[in-house]
Amino acid sequence: MSAPSHAPDQVEGVDPAAEGWVAAERSLRQIAWQRFRRDKVAMAGAVVVVLLIAMAVLAPLLTRLFGFPPNEFHQDLMDPLTGGALNDPANPTSGIDPWGGMSGTHLLGLEPVTGRDMFSRIVYGAQISLLVAFGATVLCVFIGTVLGIVAGYFGGWVDTVISRAMDIFLAFPLLLFAIALAGVIPDGAFGLQGNGLRVALLIFIIGFFNWPYIGRIVRGQTLTLKEREFVEAARSLGAGSGHILFRELLPNLVTPILVYSTLLIPTNIIFEASLSFLGVGINPPTPSWGGMLSNSLDFYTTSPHYVIIPGLAIFITVLAFNLFGDGLRDAFDPRSSD
Amino acid sequence: MDTRQSRKARNLSKRALGLAALGVGSALFLSACGGGGGTGGGAAGTFDQGTTEVVNASEEQGGTLRYAMASNIESTDPGNTYYGYVWNFSRYYARTLLTYSPEPGDKSTEPVPDMATEMPKVSDDGKTYTLTLRDGLAYEDGSPIVTEDIKYAIARSNYGDDALPNGPRYFKELLADSDDYEGVNANPSDPLAGFDGIETPDEKTIVFHLKEPFADFPYVLLQPQTAPVPADADKGEQYQEQVVSSGPYKFDGKWTPGNGLTLVRNEEWNADSDPIRTALPDQITVEEGVDQNEIDQRLVNGELDVDLAGTGMGPAKKGEALSNEDDKVNIDNPENGSLRYVAVNTVVEPLDDEACRQAVMYAADHDSMQRAWGGAAGGEIPNDVIPPQIAGHDPDLDLYPSKDDKGDLDKAKEKLKECGEEDGFSTNLGVRADRPTEVAAAEAVQQSLDRVGIEVEIKQFPSDTFTNTQAGSPDFVHDNELGLNIYGWIPDWPTGYGFLSYIAHGDNIKDAGNSNISELDDKEINKMLDEAVRTEDSDEQARLYSDIDRRIMETGAILPIVFEKSVLYRPDNLTNVHFSQGYSMYDYMTLGTTGS
Repeated sequence: MSAPSHAPDQVEGVDPAAEGWVAAERSLRQIAWQRFRRDKVAMAGAVVVVLLIAMAVLAPLLTRLFGFPPNEFHQDLMDPLTGGALNDPANPTSGIDPWGGMSGTHLLGLEPVTGRDMFSRIVYGAQISLLVAFGATVLCVFIGTVLGIVAGYFGGWVDTVISRAMDIFLAFPLLLFAIALAGVIPDGAFGLQGNGLRVALLIFIIGFFNWPYIGRIVRGQTLTLKEREFVEAARSLGAGSGHILFRELLPNLVTPILVYSTLLIPTNIIFEASLSFLGVGINPPTPSWGGMLSNSLDFYTTSPHYVIIPGLAIFITVLAFNLFGDGLRDAFDPRSSD
Repeated sequence: MDTRQSRKARNLSKRALGLAALGVGSALFLSACGGGGGTGGGAAGTFDQGTTEVVNASEEQGGTLRYAMASNIESTDPGNTYYGYVWNFSRYYARTLLTYSPEPGDKSTEPVPDMATEMPKVSDDGKTYTLTLRDGLAYEDGSPIVTEDIKYAIARSNYGDDALPNGPRYFKELLADSDDYEGVNANPSDPLAGFDGIETPDEKTIVFHLKEPFADFPYVLLQPQTAPVPADADKGEQYQEQVVSSGPYKFDGKWTPGNGLTLVRNEEWNADSDPIRTALPDQITVEEGVDQNEIDQRLVNGELDVDLAGTGMGPAKKGEALSNEDDKVNIDNPENGSLRYVAVNTVVEPLDDEACRQAVMYAADHDSMQRAWGGAAGGEIPNDVIPPQIAGHDPDLDLYPSKDDKGDLDKAKEKLKECGEEDGFSTNLGVRADRPTEVAAAEAVQQSLDRVGIEVEIKQFPSDTFTNTQAGSPDFVHDNELGLNIYGWIPDWPTGYGFLSYIAHGDNIKDAGNSNISELDDKEINKMLDEAVRTEDSDEQARLYSDIDRRIMETGAILPIVFEKSVLYRPDNLTNVHFSQGYSMYDYMTLGTTGS
C-alpha cells in the first residue's frame, strides 16, 4: 500500500500519528478525493450526476416553473392527421413543425398526438429511471456482497454452491424472463398496486439477476483479504465468523463495492429503458425515458425530436455515471500514480 | 369470429415487436433514405380514389406482381386459414363456390358466383341450398373438378379430431345430419361415409342441408373451404406445400413457411369459366418476413406492388406519406369494416348502473380518441356501433351529442348524480401493452373522464393473452375491477348478425375467450338479435338491426372510438386497383402491373 508514504502530505493540518490507524484510512480517502478532483472528466460526470438527481427530486418545482403538468394534453397545438406539432396552432393546415413545437413555453417541444410537454415528461421520467436504477443497484449490491463475502470466506462446498448459482444466474436469458414475469404477475400481487408494483417488479428483476457481477468481485477480494494478518489476529482473539465477515472484511470491501455500484447504475438505467421500450415497464401515462423512446418510433419520420430527446437523456445520464464511476475507480486504485 | 379477431391480434403484436427490435439506429437510417418518389409507369390517380372506383384500369397482360408481408403467410391451404388476406390471395389458385363481387365500392360486399353458375337456390323452408358448377372447370393436371371434391374439402377442414386447426367451423355448426361424422381419416376406405349434410347427386350439383334456416349462408359458401381438394392429393396440414390449383395460377415448386411463394400461370385454367379473375400478371411472387417499414418504403419507391397483409402502412411511414402531397395521391384511405371501442363493463361497480355508464359516454372526448387513432386517416368518429358498410347502420343516430366531439361534461355530471356518484368514481382500464395506438387511446379516455372526476387507472396486458384470459375472462375482469377495456371487432362477414352477435348477445358471454367483454345481457337486445337472424326480408332485418344498434348505445356498454380506416399505398405501376369491402383490402384478383 502506498498510503502511509502520502500521509505527511495531507492537508487540513491533521496529524496522522495522533489519529492512529483511523487516520491512515482517512488519508487513503483523502488521496482518492485529491486524485478525483484533479480528474476534470470525472468531475464533469459527477456534476451532471448531481444535477440529474436534483432534477428528479425537484421535478414538481421545475415543471411548475418551466413547464406544464406532465400528463396535461395540449391537442389544440397538434396536427390531427400526423400527430406532429403544428407550425401555427391557429391554422390547422399550416403543416408540421420539424422542431416538434419547441418554444419558450415548451422548451423541448411537444409529444406527438397528445401535445404533452416534453420538458416536463423528461424531468419526471428521470424520477423513474433513477429510482429503478438506484433501487436495483442497491438490491444487487446487497445480495452480491453478502453471498460473495460468504462464498469467499468459507470456501469449500459453500463456495461451490454459490459460485455455481452465479454461473446459472449469469447464463439466464434475463430479458425474456423479465418480459414473461411482468406479464404473469397480477396487479395487486405482494400488496402492491399499479405503478408501485411496476417499480418494485423492475427493481426486483434487474437487481435479483445482476448480483453475480458484484458477487464475483466481492468473492475475489475476500479470498485475498481473508489470508491477511488482521483477519488472523481477529480469529486468534476468538472472534466469531459473523464478526470477521462484517466487522473485519466488509469495511475493507467498501471501496471496490462503491466503485462497481457506480458503474452498475448506468447499466441498470439502460436495462430499465429496454424493459419500458418493450412495454413491460411503467404504466401510462407516467412518463419514462424508455417508454417515450418506444412510442417515438411510430413518429420518427414526422417528429424526430421525440426520438432524439429521450435518447439524449438516456445517453447523457449513462455517460455521466460511467465517467463518474471510472474516475472513482482510478482515484481509489492504489496502483495509479498521482 | 373471435378466432379471426385474436389471430389478427397476434399478427399485429408480432409486427409491433418487430418494430421494437428494429431499434433507433436503423429507424433513422430508413428515414434518411426516404423521400424518393415513385417512378412507375401508370397514372397516379387521386387520394382515396381506389376506395370507390377502379384506378389505372388496364387489360395489359404480363409482368411479375410482387407481394411482400411482414410475417409469414399463415398457410397457403385454403382449408386451413382464418386470415382475410389468405382468403383473398388463395383465390389465385383455389376457386370457391361463391366469392365477393369484383366490383368496386358498396357492391364489393356482395357474394357472387365463382365456380357456381349462379347464386344458390334456396328451398322454401330456408334449409336447403343447391348449386351447380360451371362447364370447363379443371385442375392444373387437366382433370375435371367435381362436386365431391368440394364436399371432401369441407369435410377435411371442419370434421373430426384431426380437422385442420386454423379455419372457421361454420359448416360444422350449420350442416344437418353430420354430427356423428368423424372426419376424412376415420374411415380410409370411404372417407365421406356418414357425412350426409352435403349431397352430390352428380358431378356438377351440390346440395347443402342446414339444421336451421340461416340467411347469411352465402357468406359461408364464399369462404376458401369450398375450394375443391382431390382426395388423393390431400396430405393433411402438409397439403399447403403444393396446393392443387383450380385457378389461373399454380405453385412454382413447394412452399415452406418463411421462404416465399412463386405462382406461375396454370395453362389448364379456362378464362371463359371465370368471371372474377383478370389474370393479368404472368407471375406472382410473395416475400415473407420483410420489415413493415421496408415494405412501406419499397412500395413508395415502386420496388414492390402490394403489402399482402392488407392492413395498411405502418405508423412511421404513414405520417410521412400523408403529409407529402406527392405521395398522398397514391394513398387510399377506406374504412376497413372494424369498430374500435371501449367495452364498458355492465357488472363491475359502479358501472353496473346504466346512468354511470352513460356518464362515461357523455364525458368521453371523441376528438381526442380519434387523434390517438391517427386522426381522420385513422378512422371516423362513430355515433353508433354498426359500421356504415353493414345494413342497420344509422347515420342519424346521435344519442350523446357534444360540441366539436369534445364531450358534454354537464350532461355527464347529471348522469353521475343520477347514479349516486356525484363526486365521480375510480375504475381500471385494460389495454394491450404492445399496441401503441390502443395505449394512446387509453390515455385519451383517461384524460377525458378525469374532467368529471372519473379516475381511470390504465392496466397493461400482453396482447396474446388479453382476449383470452384477461379482458376475455369475466372472472378476471371482476376481480381486477376492469370497468373499461379497449377492444376491437371485425366480423367474418359484413352483416348485422356477423357483427353484433358475439359482442352484444348475452348468450355469448363465455368464461374464457369472451368477446362480449361488456357482459351486455339485455333481454331486449337478445330477443331482437334472435329475431333478426331468422328474418328473411332484408329491409325488415335492417330495421331490427337499427333498433338493436340504438338500444346498445342507450345501455352505454360500448363506447365507440372509431370506425377504423386503413392507409393503403397504391404504387403507380399497379393497375386495375380497387378496395374490396368484403376482404377489407385491395381485391387481389383484378390486379395487374406495368413494372418488371
